[in-house]
Amino acid sequence: MDDLYREVIIEHYKNPSYRGKLDPHDISFADNNPLCGDHIQIDLRVDDSGVVTDALFDGHGCAISQASADLLMESIIGKPLEEVKKLNKDSVLELLGIELGPVRLKCALLSLKVLKAGVYGLGEASDSLVE
Amino acid sequence: MTLNVKQIRKDFPILERETQPGVRVTYLDSTATSQKPTQVIEAMNDYYRRSNANIHRGVHTLAEEATSMYEGAREKIAKFINASSAREIIYTRNTTESINLVAYSWARANLKAGDLVILTEMEHHSNLVPWHMLQTERGIELDFIPVTENGLLDLETYKTLLDRRPKLVSFTHMSNVLGTVNPAAEIIRLAHEAGAIVLVDGAQSVPHLTVDVQALDADFYAFSAHKMCGPTGIGALYGKSPLLEAMPPFLGGGDMIKEVKLRSFRANTLPHKFEAGTPAIAEAVGFGAAVDYLSAIGMDKIAAHEHEITEYALDRLEEIPGVKLFGPPADKKGGVAAFTLEGVHPHDVAQILDRDGIAVRAGHHCAQPLHEKFGIPATSRASFYLYNTKEEVDLLVNGIYKVKEMFS
Ligand SMILES: Cc1ncc(COP(=O)(O)O)c(C=O)c1O
Repeated sequence: MDDLYREVIIEHYKNPSYRGKLDPHDISFADNNPLCGDHIQIDLRVDDSGVVTDALFDGHGCAISQASADLLMESIIGKPLEEVKKLNKDSVLELLGIELGPVRLKCALLSLKVLKAGVYGLGEASDSLVE
Repeated sequence: MTLNVKQIRKDFPILERETQPGVRVTYLDSTATSQKPTQVIEAMNDYYRRSNANIHRGVHTLAEEATSMYEGAREKIAKFINASSAREIIYTRNTTESINLVAYSWARANLKAGDLVILTEMEHHSNLVPWHMLQTERGIELDFIPVTENGLLDLETYKTLLDRRPKLVSFTHMSNVLGTVNPAAEIIRLAHEAGAIVLVDGAQSVPHLTVDVQALDADFYAFSAHKMCGPTGIGALYGKSPLLEAMPPFLGGGDMIKEVKLRSFRANTLPHKFEAGTPAIAEAVGFGAAVDYLSAIGMDKIAAHEHEITEYALDRLEEIPGVKLFGPPADKKGGVAAFTLEGVHPHDVAQILDRDGIAVRAGHHCAQPLHEKFGIPATSRASFYLYNTKEEVDLLVNGIYKVKEMFS
């Protein structure tokens, strides 16, 4: 029908591979999208050299936010945290393979904001993290 | 006696708008803001083309004209809600500012630590946060009339809350999510018997129902122009004049003063005491034109039309497997249908409907605690006004079937 709901997005939304919680974990952070109340928690395991060995997300939200979280988890496993810190808006859009208006962009970027706030050890997932 | 909706739709040029080539907009989001008829748009344009000047202090022709248009609109608004005088209508930016005016001026002068304010679980954030702020600042206490499973206020619990002698009861006349039309007159009568002052959030009621503030005996009544065919940027607070007279000013500056000395001022009389600085003059003119427009059609007819559409919409939506509706049945609510669709997030519902030009809102609609109460993060919401038709409801229903198909 249209790009926004490409099959891969619906597929990742309905059958995510990286949904859940990690216990124990090295990093865990959660926040909301104040516009719609979507909620995402991200748990990471990181080895001694600073490489992400495991990543899961949990929470609820629209297809865009959940699919982008799933794709994001998949993409960071095996990556050093230093590289995760460099991810931005474009990295997520590339993963999704779509273009988004300003409102839905917030949905798509929620997981990255939460991820980076967790990696940097911040108290809040702010927009400035993904610009 | 029914509305001539075909004729009415001609007054709203935006309804001809295509959101994509060949796809005309189906606007089902009037609860967020209504569309504006040509009569309102032209009244504002005419004001700027012919009469624009600052008000009150000028003696030249344009200033006189602008002042009488600004004050003339106030008279119309007063009449529309049956206030006893235009002095009781304070212009604000919107419902939110009207509620804040009461919270800043009346409440700060009258409430102290431990005083109880009663709200409800179905309030919009604009009737929650100002009181949260006062709770932090003053130590006032808040309690809430519960919402029942079918979306009504639990008046039995309300009565027991009143035993605690609240100072203020503040509630929405009509819920922007459930659509529930609350029994305002009864809530107010009971509050008064318990000695409380009453503020009513009329953001959804004034646009859709006949509101008579004197018959209701409301002490304060807040509403916005933009939800009733008027422009954004202007709203009103109705207040009984003895209360308004006794309140300290809200914002300080020009217009709200009678006299200013280097070290002191005397506040102006009502309603100017609460209107500091150059106000939204063109918007006031548009507000007046909106009231004229609605009055000419007749609020009773508008309400009857919305009821018919809503009843039809609820019946049709209910038939769709996986759709869950929130709120009471049609006879207890206004033109709002909030729903969830199993397995699909409301954002996705709204986004996919938008492909067919159907504008509905998705989210918590600034009523997060209410959604939490029902255990859901968000709903999709279709809402209806005088220009909506049953054919548009059919488009919505077909659209929802499409959504289901995509996610099946
Ligand atoms: C019940 C209710 N109260 C208050 C408001 C706030 O109105 P405004 O944003 O115009 O201040 C709204 C608007 O969404 C509403 O529906």
